[in-house]
Order: sequence, then C-alpha cells, then structure tokens
Amino acid sequence: MSRLGTLGARLYRGEVGYDFVGKRKIWYGISILITITAIVGLAVRGLNLGIEFSGGAVFETPKTSVSASHAREVAESASGGHTAVVQELGRGGLRIQISELGTKEALPVQEKLAKELDVKTSEIETQLVGPSWGEEIANKAWQGLAIFMVLVVIYLAIAFEWRMALAALIALIHDLTITVGVYALVGFEVTPGTVIGLLTILGYSLYDTVVVFDGLKEASKDLTKQTRFTYSEIANRSLNSTLVRSINTTVVALLPVGALLFIGGGALGAGMLNDISLALFVGLAAGAYSSIFIATPLVADLKERDPQMKALAKRVRAKRASAAAKADSDSDAEQKPQDVTPQPRAEDGDEPTPAAAGAGQRRQPTSRGRGRGRPSGKRR
Amino acid sequence: MAAPKKGRRSSGSQGRPGRALVAILVAIVALTAGMFISGHTKPRLGIDLAGGTSFTLEAKNQPGKPNAINSDNMNTAVNIIERRVNGLGVSEAEVQTQGDKHIIVNIPKGMDAKQARTQVGTTAQLYFRPVVTYTDGKKTKPTASPTPTATGTGKSNDKGKASSTPTATGATGTPSASSASSSSQGRAVSEGLKADKTPSASESPSASESPKASETPKATETPKGESSKADDLTKQLADLECTTPADRAKAREKAAGAKPSDSVVACDRDGSRKFILGPSQVEGTDVKNAASVYDSQGGGGWIVELNFTGSGGKKWAKVTGELAKQQPPQNQFAIVLDGEVYSDPRVDESIVGGRAQISGPDFDQKNTSDLANVLSYGALPLSFDIADETTVSAALGGEQLEAGLIAGAIGLALVVVYLVVYYRGLALIALASLAVSAVLSYTIMVLLGPGIGFALNLPAVCGAIVAIGITADSFIVYFERIRDEIREGRTLRPAVERGWPRARRTILVSDFVSFLAAAVLYIVTVGKVQGFAFTLGLTTLLDVVVVFLFTKPLMTILARRKFFASGHPWSGLDPRRLGAKPPLRRSRRTTATAPADPKEA
Repeated sequence: MSRLGTLGARLYRGEVGYDFVGKRKIWYGISILITITAIVGLAVRGLNLGIEFSGGAVFETPKTSVSASHAREVAESASGGHTAVVQELGRGGLRIQISELGTKEALPVQEKLAKELDVKTSEIETQLVGPSWGEEIANKAWQGLAIFMVLVVIYLAIAFEWRMALAALIALIHDLTITVGVYALVGFEVTPGTVIGLLTILGYSLYDTVVVFDGLKEASKDLTKQTRFTYSEIANRSLNSTLVRSINTTVVALLPVGALLFIGGGALGAGMLNDISLALFVGLAAGAYSSIFIATPLVADLKERDPQMKALAKRVRAKRASAAAKADSDSDAEQKPQDVTPQPRAEDGDEPTPAAAGAGQRRQPTSRGRGRGRPSGKRR
Repeated sequence: MAAPKKGRRSSGSQGRPGRALVAILVAIVALTAGMFISGHTKPRLGIDLAGGTSFTLEAKNQPGKPNAINSDNMNTAVNIIERRVNGLGVSEAEVQTQGDKHIIVNIPKGMDAKQARTQVGTTAQLYFRPVVTYTDGKKTKPTASPTPTATGTGKSNDKGKASSTPTATGATGTPSASSASSSSQGRAVSEGLKADKTPSASESPSASESPKASETPKATETPKGESSKADDLTKQLADLECTTPADRAKAREKAAGAKPSDSVVACDRDGSRKFILGPSQVEGTDVKNAASVYDSQGGGGWIVELNFTGSGGKKWAKVTGELAKQQPPQNQFAIVLDGEVYSDPRVDESIVGGRAQISGPDFDQKNTSDLANVLSYGALPLSFDIADETTVSAALGGEQLEAGLIAGAIGLALVVVYLVVYYRGLALIALASLAVSAVLSYTIMVLLGPGIGFALNLPAVCGAIVAIGITADSFIVYFERIRDEIREGRTLRPAVERGWPRARRTILVSDFVSFLAAAVLYIVTVGKVQGFAFTLGLTTLLDVVVVFLFTKPLMTILARRKFFASGHPWSGLDPRRLGAKPPLRRSRRTTATAPADPKEA
C-alpha cells in the first residue's frame, strides 16, 4: 500500500504518468480496430438470439436419469419436427430448448416430456415466448437507449460543454459496440438479461467518464490565464491524477459483477444472473478503458481546435522556445535532465497542435522548442 | 441535481455533522419500525425467485376496430382478468398493465398453470341471453322444473307453462329479500329496463313480427331433438352446483365454452341462483359503450346507460320487443360475461333507438360502475395473445435467490477486502456507509412490497449487486479527494472540509447520470428490464442520501479523532505514505518542489 500510496501521490503531482493524450493515436487505432472487428463480427456472424427474441420454448427438468439424446428425440417427435437443443445443467437436470415453437404447440410437448422423464408436469420449468414479446423488449430497449443518449448529451453539454458531451457519447457508443461485438464473435446467447446488462453499461460507462471529465474541468479552470501548459497537457495530467480513482472504481465495480458471473455461471449453468453479469463484465471493462483512453483524448483533440486554445498553445510554444533558447545558451548539461517528458519529439514539430504533451513536465518550462529536433533525453 | 456549479460552498453539514447522523439514524429506525409494524420482514419475491407462473399477454385489436388499445380498455381488461384469475381460488395473483399493450399476470406457486392459461388466454365474451328459468344455486332434483320447450325458440309457446312453475314466478319477487347484500342479485329483481325515450310506435312492428320466424336455425330442428336437448338442459340445471367458488369456476368455464347459439346453464356471480339461458340474442360487440351515470333528472339514482351500435340497436329493439311480452322470468335477459350471470334485468317494453338504461333500487356508484365495466368489456375490441409464459418451480426459484445472495455476499466481501487493503482505516467508514445503504435499501424494498407492489426479482437482485460498485465509488471519489488534499500538505480536518465540495460535485454529477439512465429505462422499457432499472435508480438515490447524510458527517467527526487526525499508519491517511512531504506544509507545491527530483518520470 505504501508503494501504491506513493504512486498515487506521484501520479497526483505529475511526477509519473502515462502520456494518454500524446499517445492517443495508438489508442484510437486500437479502438478503431476493435470496433471494426466487432462490426465485422456482427455483420458476419450475427447475434445468437435467445428464444426470448426468436420465440420458442425452453423446458428445464429436475434431476433426471434420462439421457440428453433421448430427451431430444422425445422433444423433437412431440413438437412435430422442430429442432430441439438439449443441454445438461449443473444440477443434473436438462435444459431443452425448442425454437420457433408456438405457445400453444408447446403444451403437449411439456406433457410428453413429463411423461417420458417421469416427473410431474408442474416440476418442469417452462418458458414459452411468442416472438413479438422479445421484439417488444428489444424495441423498447432501443427506444430507451436513444432517449437516454439524447438526454445525457444535453445534460453533459450543460454541465460541462458540448465537446465533452460529444466525446462521452462516442466513448459510450464505443463501449456498446465492443460489447455487442464480443457477443457476436464469441457467440454468447443474447437474452433479455443481456439487454439489461447492456443498458446498465450506459449508466456505468458514462459514470466513469463523467468522473474523469469532472477532474478535467476543474484542472482546466483558468487555463487561459497561464502560458505553461496547453489544454492537452492539462488533460493528460488530470487524467493521470484521477487514475487511481478510475482504477479503484473499476476494480470495485468489477468485483461484484465478477462474483455474479462466477456464481451465476458456475452454480446455475445458464440463467439471468449469468447473462446480465457477462454483458456487464465486458461492458464495464470496455467502459473503464474508453473513459481513459478514448474520451479524454477526444476532448483534448476537440478542444485544441478551439481558437482560444490554439492561441494558448501558441503562447506556450513561444514561451518554451524562448526558455529553451535561453537554457541552450546557458548550458547544455542542465538541459538534458530536464527533458523528462515521455513525449515523442518528432510529433511536436510536425503537428499543427502541440497536443502531444507529456505528463511530467509541468514543473519547468522545459526546452521544448518547435522543430528543434533534438534527440530526446531520458524518456521513459 | 442541477448542473454542477463552481465554488458551491458546503453549507451546514460542516458545522453540524451530528444532526445529519441523527437524521439518518432516525430514518433507519423509522423504516425498520415501519417494516415490523407492517408485518412484512422480507421483500415480496417475484415469480422467478418464489416460484409460480407469469404470463405476458399482448393485446390485439379485433378486426375492423383499430386504435382500440388504449389505457381505458386495457384497465378494463386488467379488471376482468384479475376477476377471472382470482376466481380460481388464488387471491395473490397479480395483474397489471405493462407498457402500452401488454398485461402481465403473475400467479404464485401452488396453482395449476394449465388452468390458469385457459383463464388468462381466452377472450372474454359478453352475451345478452334471454332467461328461460332460474332456481336457487343449490343442486336440485329435477322435479318441478320448467317446461323443456322453453329452450331457445318460441318463447310465446311456453310462456304459460314457464310462468306456472313455482321457482320462476316466485323468484321474481323474492330474491331481492334473500340476498340484499349482493348487488347483482338484489338488482335483478326490480331492475327495470326502460327505453330512453318513451315507447314509440316502433314497439308494435317488433311485436308484430313473428317471434318464431326470427329465431335461430334451431327452430327448424325436429321437435324431438329440441325437447331432448331441453331435457338435457333441465338435468344440467339440476346438477349444476353454484355454492362454492370452485364449482362456479367450473360452471363458468363450461358456460363460457358453449357456443353463443346454444342454450346454456349458468351460475349467478355469487352463486345464489342458477339459470337456464337461451341462445344469445345480442352480443357484447353490439354494445358501443356503457357508463355509470347519476340520473338526477328522473330521480332514479345511479343507473347504467347503454349505447348500442347501429346493427346492435336494431337487434336490441327486436329482442326487447319480444321479451317485453313474456311473463316473468322470461321477460328478463341475462348479462353473461365469461359464462357468469352478472345481472338479469327485466324488460318492460321494446327499446328502440339503440339506447337503454338499467336501473335498480339498490344501485349505487360502485355496482353501477362495475356493471358498466362488464358491459364495456363486452364492447372491448381487444383480444389477447399469450406472448410469454414462464413457469418457475419453487425449488429453482429458491436456488436462484440463493445464488444471487451468495454472489452478492462474495462480491461484497471482495469489495471489503479491497477497500481494507487499499484504504485501511478509511475502509471502516466505507463499510459503515455500505451497511447503512444496505439497511435503507432493504427496508425500503420490503415496504415497497405492500406499498406499490414492488416484487424483488432476479434482475432487481442483479441491480442491487451492481449498485454495490456505484455506492462504493462515491466513497472512493471522496477519499481520493481527501488524500489529494493531504498530499498538498494539509492536515486532516481542513482536508476533509476542502475535499468535500469538489467530491460532492463529482458524486452528484455522476449519480445524476446513473439515475437518468435508470429513470429512462424504467419509463420506457418493459418487463424485467424495468425491475432492474427500478433497483438501480433506488440505490443510486440512496447513495446520494448516504454520502450526504452519513459518510460526510462521519468523516468530519472521525477527523477529530487522534487515530485519523494524526495519520496513524493504519488510518489510511498517513501523510508520509500518501507521499506528502514535510516541507510541503503550507507551501505551494508548485514552487516547493525542488527541480532536483523530477527525473522519475
């Protein structure tokens, strides 16, 4: 803890840090790659919709000695040729799923099964779903999603500013896409539980992003009154100083969800608990990632286009150049250790915006000059 | 929760941490006491945890009647379905609308799903059937029964005979006395059906029509078949048992299953009388609407007004014309919904013009509106499909509940361990706050059970578990703020106060977003998603309450304790461990840091 605590302190003071904003292109690239993979997966494989969406029947039997294959034969003959999928459950029972079976046709099947398996009809769990109900759930969920997004963008635009709202929205869509993509690629079954999990990600992903933005907003207060740092640098620093919180929050959120996943998956086989927690787990991880690696760098990018911020960046550069020139003439020996930023120097010269600023350089107006092209010193 | 404002000063809570703590303590005690007083110490469990059957019905417009799915019609349907389901002897069945066009029916365990399905899935049918005869509700021996010919056709034929039977005639005068308590029955006797207008010349045309000719094709059947059928009915009537609800349910099912063109035997709603009823003359769909109104002009008190559709009005005029000429009880018609007689008013004259009133001496607002509902339901252009049916055995429900609770316990334990390792002494505050939050959530959920019919289902349990994370996060935000302040060289007490306004803003903004998500989901979505959203929203609100009224005041108080204030290594606030360095005190960190040590980055 002591090391963690000190690390927290150093992150807070900006002594250590990771250049999230500076290396944003890498992370954008990774995210775009993942998103494309997700979309391709979705397009090619599609989602494995549970019977709640396609309509059909699921029967779960209590512990039985009848083999799965026999149960399938019984189910298929009783349902008149519909394909049945039979799974063995952890507690010794069977889960028999027959898709596209009407609610009326399902009853004889249930009775037949009960007879064959020698259990009471009432002991067989049944779920009969007409296809319209699943559609209704999904449609309502989409509707809710759309309304929520509009409202939250409005709210964030008021509470923060439109750039942050936009970045948060992009991060949110990013998270949802990744989660849906994972479902498509791995082939997990999509159930109402999944939808619930997915919708929760909405709140959670934004919750995370909002906390980071809140720190950023505070850090960037009175920004234009100084000439030391550009917006991007401030953003990066504020990101690093809230890093401990972000990590803690994510861990604390993932622990219960992980427990749900473990218990839901391990003890019960398939079920609502499992479905919700799986979607949540994937979504939460994606949400934590996106609020740090995507949302804030996006804000920085957008913000640097603002004329005010452009002017600031220019002033900062000018100041640094003059300071560097002065330092250069003073002594070369003093120069090197100051150059502690983990920033790729080459970018500095080429970029119209000096967005890629390091975390560790808030102490001195260092020797960063535009187009100086010196090989960087002790970067880490 | 508005947009966060900069520089909002902490007001009040800083100075009087004790009051807030007392307030929340009082709230906890009050809620717990309320819980015990209400007699519910466990939350109501949903079908998926307690076992039982849940149906989701989807309303469909009947052909030719678009736009029938509206909240009035849906509510009427809910009433009817509730009556039907609870008529099966299960009183805890729960029927409610869900979204725009769905009705959820939850039937607890211990009930035959199959029986429930037939009750729930069939469309209610309202018929106006002429009364052939009736007796009291007990099983009778087939002795002095009315003449069989009464059935269906040719009422004028058997008029004399029917009226001569003691049951029929006697009943007209007596039932009101025998069962004054029952509105429907008492009503039956002296209810009169009057034309809205004064009887006009149109009475004669309808009367002049030959009753027989107008009858259903059955009239053409051979007399033998007729009479054997009628015999059969008489026997059925004798065998019919209307005394217990179960018997009535059976009778109702049978009568409801009969074709409208057949004669049936049916029970009164309270089982005091049973009827032989002729073929349906006017159907529920012929009714345009029905309403309970107070007749202030005619001084008739509460009455039910009926409006018929165009064709319905014509049928109605004809039927009433015929009925009016009969002797009691055959001048009565029965309003039969789902095979149960709701009312059997007398017809005094032919009613033309498509409007009618039903009045009775003991009509009040309640029973007239009940009757109007029944009549409206017949006019309800809705049918229902079962969109989803889930049966969960009590065993599996228990298993799922257990798994959910275990998962919650494990998740909570992991969070606790993590907090203790990372925050040490501060974890105590976090744990106390989590405990307060848990107690509040639990008691509120229990109280909401009887209050608004909240039932804890599996998604709701998931929502609560997920909420552990959200609640814990508020503490993390605050603790990190305090630690940041300490790192800047402040001592604990100023750090606690200075950190609060900033942490508070963060907590409010993020909780608001979370709550917004829950609220939108709750309003927009249906079914299980809604239960989840409800818990999430509730716990988010409680998070704010707990942080404001418990965590912050507790922190203020504890900051005065030596253990925390001196930065004991186990307090989680040790300045050295947090990296605050001695010279930093009272100095601005930016200037204080020597340029000698920034190389670590």
